Amino acid sequence: MTAMTVAVVGAGPSGTRAVEVLVRAGLRPVWVEEAPATGGRIYQRPPAGTTRSPRDLYGTEGAKAEAIHAAGDRLRAASDWRPGTLAWNIRPGVLDTFRAGRHETVAFDRAILCTGAMERIVPVPGWTLPGVFTLGAAQIALKAQGVAIGSRVAFIGTGPLLWLTATQYLKAGAAVALVLDTTPLRTKARAAAGLLADPATFAKGLALVARLHLAGVRVIEGGTPVALEGTDAVEAVRVRDRRGREHRIACDAVGLGFGLKPESQLADLAGVPFRFEAIERNWVPERDRAGRTPVAGLYLAGDGAGIAGADAAELAGARAAWAVLEDAGAALDAAEIARLDRALARLPRVRAALERAFPYPSALAARTPDATIVCRCEAITAGELRAAARASHVTGGAAEVNRAKAFTRVGMGRCQGRVCGPPAAEILADALGCDVAAVGRLRGQPPVKPIPILAEAAE
Amino acid sequence: MSTAHDVLILGGGGAGCSAALHLARRGARVVLFERGLVGSQASGVNYGGVRQNGRHPAELPIARRAREIWARLPELIGTDAEFEVTGHLKLARSAEEEAELAGYMEVARAHDLPLELIGSNRLRERWPWLGPRVVAGAFAPEDGAANPRLLAPALARAARAKGAEINERTPVEQIAHDGADFVVTHGGRTWRAPVALNCMGYWGGTIAARFGEAVPVAPLAPNMLVSEPIPYFIEPNMGVVGGDVYLRQIRRGNVIFGGGRGASDPAVPWARPLPESTLAAMARAVELVPRLAGIHVIRSWTGIDGEMPDGLPVIGPSRTTPGLIHAFGFSGHGFMLGPGIGAILAELVLDGRTDVPLEPFRIDRFALGSAT
Ligand SMILES: Cc1cc2nc3c(=O)[nH]c(=O)nc-3n(C[C@H](O)[C@H](O)[C@H](O)COP(=O)(O)OP(=O)(O)OC[C@H]3O[C@@H](n4cnc5c(N)ncnc54)[C@H](O)[C@@H]3O)c2cc1C
Ligand SMILES: Cc1cc2nc3c(=O)[nH]c(=O)nc-3n(C[C@H](O)[C@H](O)[C@H](O)COP(=O)(O)OP(=O)(O)OC[C@H]3O[C@@H](n4cnc5c(N)ncnc54)[C@H](O)[C@@H]3O)c2cc1C
Repeated sequence: MTAMTVAVVGAGPSGTRAVEVLVRAGLRPVWVEEAPATGGRIYQRPPAGTTRSPRDLYGTEGAKAEAIHAAGDRLRAASDWRPGTLAWNIRPGVLDTFRAGRHETVAFDRAILCTGAMERIVPVPGWTLPGVFTLGAAQIALKAQGVAIGSRVAFIGTGPLLWLTATQYLKAGAAVALVLDTTPLRTKARAAAGLLADPATFAKGLALVARLHLAGVRVIEGGTPVALEGTDAVEAVRVRDRRGREHRIACDAVGLGFGLKPESQLADLAGVPFRFEAIERNWVPERDRAGRTPVAGLYLAGDGAGIAGADAAELAGARAAWAVLEDAGAALDAAEIARLDRALARLPRVRAALERAFPYPSALAARTPDATIVCRCEAITAGELRAAARASHVTGGAAEVNRAKAFTRVGMGRCQGRVCGPPAAEILADALGCDVAAVGRLRGQPPVKPIPILAEAAE
Repeated sequence: MSTAHDVLILGGGGAGCSAALHLARRGARVVLFERGLVGSQASGVNYGGVRQNGRHPAELPIARRAREIWARLPELIGTDAEFEVTGHLKLARSAEEEAELAGYMEVARAHDLPLELIGSNRLRERWPWLGPRVVAGAFAPEDGAANPRLLAPALARAARAKGAEINERTPVEQIAHDGADFVVTHGGRTWRAPVALNCMGYWGGTIAARFGEAVPVAPLAPNMLVSEPIPYFIEPNMGVVGGDVYLRQIRRGNVIFGGGRGASDPAVPWARPLPESTLAAMARAVELVPRLAGIHVIRSWTGIDGEMPDGLPVIGPSRTTPGLIHAFGFSGHGFMLGPGIGAILAELVLDGRTDVPLEPFRIDRFALGSAT
């Protein structure tokens, strides 16, 4: 068993806890992470030399961030730690990686993919203007670089990250011009019962909202973004409130984000089947509660396997590592596994409530005006997509997303549909009058992210 | 329910869709069966090269015929499928390769293919960004490239407009010959016709075997890559003697290149590029065009074509079953031929003959080969 090589991709909360369990069992996993340090998304570390405290950087989650960082620091030496390394392809027993100007293959017996999540957008008219950022980018600017994206910032979208980021900006001393949540208050209120299964998180959420109200920030719930306006950069946002009244609010930057989607390209390349998760409105890779996929030797944990948040990611990472040990016939800690299983079993209920509280505004995405660009890389508009869908009653029409891509180039650019995929599917499904699940998902191909052309082939 | 037609077309790639169009234009009642969507296999995912330069002499008459149709696509199918005449530049990287280019000039002359042999100095005057290993080139000004995703669907649409019945998501699973007609049944429906065209690409081998003339067809999965957009500077479509790398740039700026092979399983069907081929193609592309070093590749892919042992397709009548005509196994270079293949098949069906010599493509050539 000691000869077994386990590869762990990702050093966020889930990857860190997975490596921890493997190391404790006497293994030396190969640990691959694109970023220069451990921490992952939520606990991304500031550059060396930052003097701000974890409490400053991570708010209420400061203690958890410190714990994950400490674990990461400990585990680097105990594993084959490969920072700054992109795993750009996976095939049976092999990861293809790029690190420090070199392509290298990494052989493994079993692999745990802990690749995290990315944000979903809705292509609000004007979203490609300079000054418009995703909520995550706005947060990272603050966390990693200690700078705000603007001096008067409007936050538009839905989900906990919207409220969290706005509060963090407020705390950092930026003027928050607007918080617009596309979800009406009553939708959130209806989900409250489910959310109360996790009272701590619920309380944190309420505190965020209260804080923004207290600070006199303009808050619109159940509103609709109409357009982000400006000539060379964003200068104002035009929005409608719940009653349909239009407002124009000046700002010099916008944070935009509508929930998360799993970064599941490696799982896709590995051949894991996907299913449409209706509540989350995402395609998610199939796995059991412990993280086993139908592909032998391949395990998934954390938000890359379906959105569940940071605390869940820690549990899932540890559990997937135990599944690896179990499947390899190693000694097990039954009590610990039972504890993890109990904690994980509570999650779906809270998660479902959270998704119901902050649903992806699919109707808004589906109604993207004809002239608005959906695919930023290839400059494809919603109108072009609809035209491709309209041709669907004749041969060669675009009745699913890959066909729409073939005809219009949507999703063919640098991001390979990671950004435009979800809204493009909503627009297509709406134009075809079918369910969004029926238009399918974009086929993945390597590399999962761009890799440079080198003059020499790898060894 | 049973429907009587003149021709059943098996497979909706470039070959089958163009056959449907040419036959329907001449008034034949045709029905086409495609397992997935038209043009979703090799014909929809290829490199997009529209190249006569360097073709096997036996294929040149078909290529010349096809090239004439490529020029008329807008009037035939309402789109040019982004066909652009950029010229094709075939490069030599050694003296032996240069000799091969020189030798081909004779072939080109015999087939009226405009082709210019260019030495090292003049090559660099015209294309100063070429790498130092390139010693000579052969430039075919009539060649170019097109968008493979658009061609087969547009051919099928035009065929349907002329009355052809196009059935997508309709696999040919049961096909029989009852002495007079071919009979296809699927989902409770039956179609019959005295003529059947086997245009099933790699899978054409299964039809040949079904009618007692199995051929040694193997899956061929060329490994393809595309870069992020960079400023446009590579005008010609380029290849090399030996074919281990080829590249072109589209006006949007992306560089499309290929070389080596991917992995595939035609039974699924499934195809995946191989990182070793991807990295080797990158190194070879940089050798041709050093300026490409450092730009990013955003996607790699492959697809499945049928490859014959001699690299030539099977085209022509069955030797076992009257009325069956094959056109498959294009061995990695049939995108360019597609528009011409339909015209030739239409002549074989409706006139019983064609001017294009098809002898080299006989289905029984493999059996003959082993007998001698
Ligand atoms: C912008 C943003 C903000 C968020 N904020 C919060 C929040 O405030 N609270 C909350 O609970 N959740 C938040 N989340 C959700 C977050 O995904 C989870 O909370 C948590 O980070 C999940 O942990 P994880 O280990 O699954 O993934 P992550 O923490 O995302 O870690 C994944 C790691 O894998 C690496 N990786 C991915 N693909 C590859 C590859 N191919 N090769 C090499 N390395 C790779 C990434 O670089 C990353 O470090 C946020 C997510 C995003 C995108
Ligand atoms: C990656 C790649 C790059 C290439 N680059 C070039 C190039 O640059 N230039 C060039 O000229 N050529 C190129 N080629 C070759 C060219 O694409 C093929 O030769 C050509 O497209 C073959 O056309 P086809 O109609 O014979 O086959 P296909 O396009 O494969 O069509 C056959 C069709 O039959 C269907 N089918 C299969 N089984 C059944 C069934 N049971 N019932 C019904 N339908 C069925 C399939 O779904 C398929 O759509 C390339 C090929 C590949 C794969």
